[in-house]
Amino acid sequence: MNLRRDVFQAIADPTRRAILLMVASQSMTAGAIAANFDTARPTVSKHLQILTECELLKQEQNGREIYYHVNANKMEEVADFVEQFGKMWDERFNKLEAIMQAHKTKE
Amino acid sequence: MEQKTKIKAEDGKQDLVIKREFSLPVELLFRAYVEPEIIEQWMGTKVLKLENKRHGCWQFETTDPKGNKHCFNGVIHEFYPNQKITRTFEMENSPFPVQLEFLEFERLTDNTSKLTMQIVYKSAEFRDQMLKLPFSQGINMAHNRIQEIVNKLL
Repeated sequence: MNLRRDVFQAIADPTRRAILLMVASQSMTAGAIAANFDTARPTVSKHLQILTECELLKQEQNGREIYYHVNANKMEEVADFVEQFGKMWDERFNKLEAIMQAHKTKE
Repeated sequence: MEQKTKIKAEDGKQDLVIKREFSLPVELLFRAYVEPEIIEQWMGTKVLKLENKRHGCWQFETTDPKGNKHCFNGVIHEFYPNQKITRTFEMENSPFPVQLEFLEFERLTDNTSKLTMQIVYKSAEFRDQMLKLPFSQGINMAHNRIQEIVNKLL
């Protein structure tokens, strides 16, 4: 259960989603992935570490290089989209609540 | 922060239930569903038409970041102020069939209330597809960002 929450935290970040999409089509080294971002290399490394820890990415040694590729099975697990759906509604309802509380104080 | 909205979506069923408690009197919560100016604020949609009565119809319109317009419409079947709205919901020009929504408004205390929304879909498959929408939109946003990055490199 805890692991699944980690997966959702992992994909909640836009940079990490971008990384997943990038390596979805081909295995890439950390350097090649980092080259696509303006952010500092250690930041990208941190993202890769999180994605690897929650098993969305797998590492594969190829000669001297480590290649990252998507773990399809783990991605399937994220197919429990209920949490994201709930988040969308939660944000919407938070907005409703804030707007109506403003109305309340006006009256 | 913990989510206040609870989603109940059992495997293989064609409906889902959304529950949420508000720090609002039930009257104010209900107003957020019937007054066009308020709906426009929290839903981010334009209200083209909203007839708050039995057999009344409604039509909303949203504009996506690309400027494309999307219309939603439906018919109201039951309308009991501060208690209940039963309505249909249809996304125009989409493969999704019409869905049925039961909204129940409940007074908890003078200043708190609860909304229970049951949505019934044509099939369990369509329900699951709707559940996946926010996630795929997130992916699309990520995709757009990649596009931006690529454009910068060119």
